[in-house]
Amino acid sequence: MSRGSIRTLMLGDAQAARVVPPSGFTAQLTLFVSGAMAFLAVFALALSLSAGRLADRWAEELARSATLRINAPADQRSAQTDAALKILTQTPGIASARALTDEEQTALLTPWFGADLNLDDLPVPQLIEVIEADPGYDAAGLRLRLAAEVPGAVLDDHTRWRRPLVDAAQSLRRLGWFAIALIGGATAAMITLAANAALSANAQVIEVLRLVGARDRYIAQAFVRRFTLRALVGASVGVAFGLAGVMALPEASQEGGFLTGLGFQGLSWLFPLLIPLLGAMVAFAATWSAAHRTLKELT
Amino acid sequence: MIELENVGYSYGGGELLSDVSVQLIPGSFHFLTGPSGSGKSTLLKLCYGALTPTAGRARAFEADLRDLNRDQMAMLRRRIGVVHQDCRFLDHLPLADNIALPLTVSGHDASQEGSDLKELMQWVGLSERAHALPPELSGGERQRAALARAVIMSPDVILADEPTGNVDWEMSQRLLQLLVELNRMGKTILIASHDLALIRAAKSQVSVRVLRISDRRLQLAGADL
Repeated sequence: MSRGSIRTLMLGDAQAARVVPPSGFTAQLTLFVSGAMAFLAVFALALSLSAGRLADRWAEELARSATLRINAPADQRSAQTDAALKILTQTPGIASARALTDEEQTALLTPWFGADLNLDDLPVPQLIEVIEADPGYDAAGLRLRLAAEVPGAVLDDHTRWRRPLVDAAQSLRRLGWFAIALIGGATAAMITLAANAALSANAQVIEVLRLVGARDRYIAQAFVRRFTLRALVGASVGVAFGLAGVMALPEASQEGGFLTGLGFQGLSWLFPLLIPLLGAMVAFAATWSAAHRTLKELT
Repeated sequence: MIELENVGYSYGGGELLSDVSVQLIPGSFHFLTGPSGSGKSTLLKLCYGALTPTAGRARAFEADLRDLNRDQMAMLRRRIGVVHQDCRFLDHLPLADNIALPLTVSGHDASQEGSDLKELMQWVGLSERAHALPPELSGGERQRAALARAVIMSPDVILADEPTGNVDWEMSQRLLQLLVELNRMGKTILIASHDLALIRAAKSQVSVRVLRISDRRLQLAGADL
C-alpha cells in the first residue's frame, strides 16, 4: 500500500465510490458493529490502563516501606524499641526509621476498636516505620541481627503480600490488552465478512468494470473506501459513547478502593481517540485483502 | 492486431473450438457466424482475454494474452471495445455515466470530455435518454448504449457479440450503420451474428470477410452469402 493510494482514498475519489451501488441496510450494520466494538474497546482500555496504574502504584508504595513490630512485655517495650531503632540507623540501606507515636497507633486501630480506645489497656505492640533507601537493605541479615539483639522484633517488609496484589493487577492489565486484541480481531473478521458479502452482491458490477478496463486497484478502492469510512464513523460514535460512560463512573476515592479507580487520567484520555483510527486501519486492511482475494478469482 | 494461432478451447471434457487460426488486420471488417452454441461468444472472449485458450496462442497488439498480468489485461481492455451480448450496465448510474464509464475507470475526467460524450450520445441517438437508468431502456437503446460505451475510449478494435440480437430490423440497420462508420474511420471490427440479412446488408457497404464456425473449426465462408 503506497502512501499515494492512501491519500487518494482519504481525499476521496467520488467517481470510484459511485460505481458501487449504495447499500442501505448492511452499511448500517457495519456502522453499528464498529461502534459497539469501539465502545467495548474503550472499557477494555480503561481497565488495562487503570490496572497498570494500580500495579505501578502498589509496587512503588509498598516496595519503599517496611514495618518493624516490637512484641515485648510493657516494661521492656521502650528499651527494645530504642535498641531496634539503634540497629536500624546502623543498617545500610535504610533511609529512616521512626517509632510511631501513641496517637498514630490509636488512629490506625480506631477503625476496628472505636475512637475511645485507651492503648494502655491493650498489649499493643510498638510499630516502627522503616523507609528503605535506594539500594535497599539486606532483610535476611537485619532479621538475624534483630533476633539476636531485640528478641521481640518482627520485621514485615510487605513483599509477602505485595507480590500477589501486584501480580493480580498485572494480570488484569494483560487481560485488558488481550480483550483489546480480541476486539480488533473480531472487528477485522466482521469487516471481512461484510466486505465479502458486498463483493459477491456486486459481482456483476465488478464484471462490468473489468470489461471496460478498470484495474483491480480501482475496483478495490471503491469498496475499501466505503468500509474504511464506515468503520471510522462507527468507531468514533462508539468511542464517544464509551468515553461518556467512563466519565460517568465514580471518581477514584479512598473508600471505594480499587474499583473506583477505573478510567483514564491525564494524557491517557487521548488513548481512546486512537481507537477509531485503529478501527479504520483494521477495516482498510480487511477490505483490501478481501477485495484482492475476490478479484483474483475473476478474469 | 488480434491473432489466434491454432487456438483450441475445451471445457468440462468437451472440445468447443479446435485449431482456430485467424488474424484481424487493422481496418478489417469481419463477421463471425455459425449456429447457436457453436462457440461464437467463446471465440470473441478468447480475443479479448476473458477466456484463456486451452491450446494454441492468442495474441493482441503483439502481446501473448497468456503473459499479461491483471493490470496489463485491464490496459488491453481499454484498447478493445466490447459490445457484450447481454450488454451489462451499472444499473444504479444514469446512462451518460455508464457510457462514460471506461473514461472514469481509466482516470480521465469525464466532465472534461463532456463534449465528446455529448457528441457520441447524439451519434447513437441517445441524447434524450442521458439521465435514464439502464433498466428503463429498450433493447435497442441498450444495444446502442453498449456500442457507445465500447467506442468512447476510441479503441482500435471493436468486438460485438450479437449486437442486433434483440432489436428490430430498422434498429439493426442503424447499429450496422454505426459500425460501418467506425470501420471507415479505420477501426477493426469483428461482429458475431447469425443474422444473414445483416451480413448481406453490410456486404453492400464495406468489404466484409465472413468467418463461419462449423464443426468446431473456423472457415472462411465463400460467396454463397
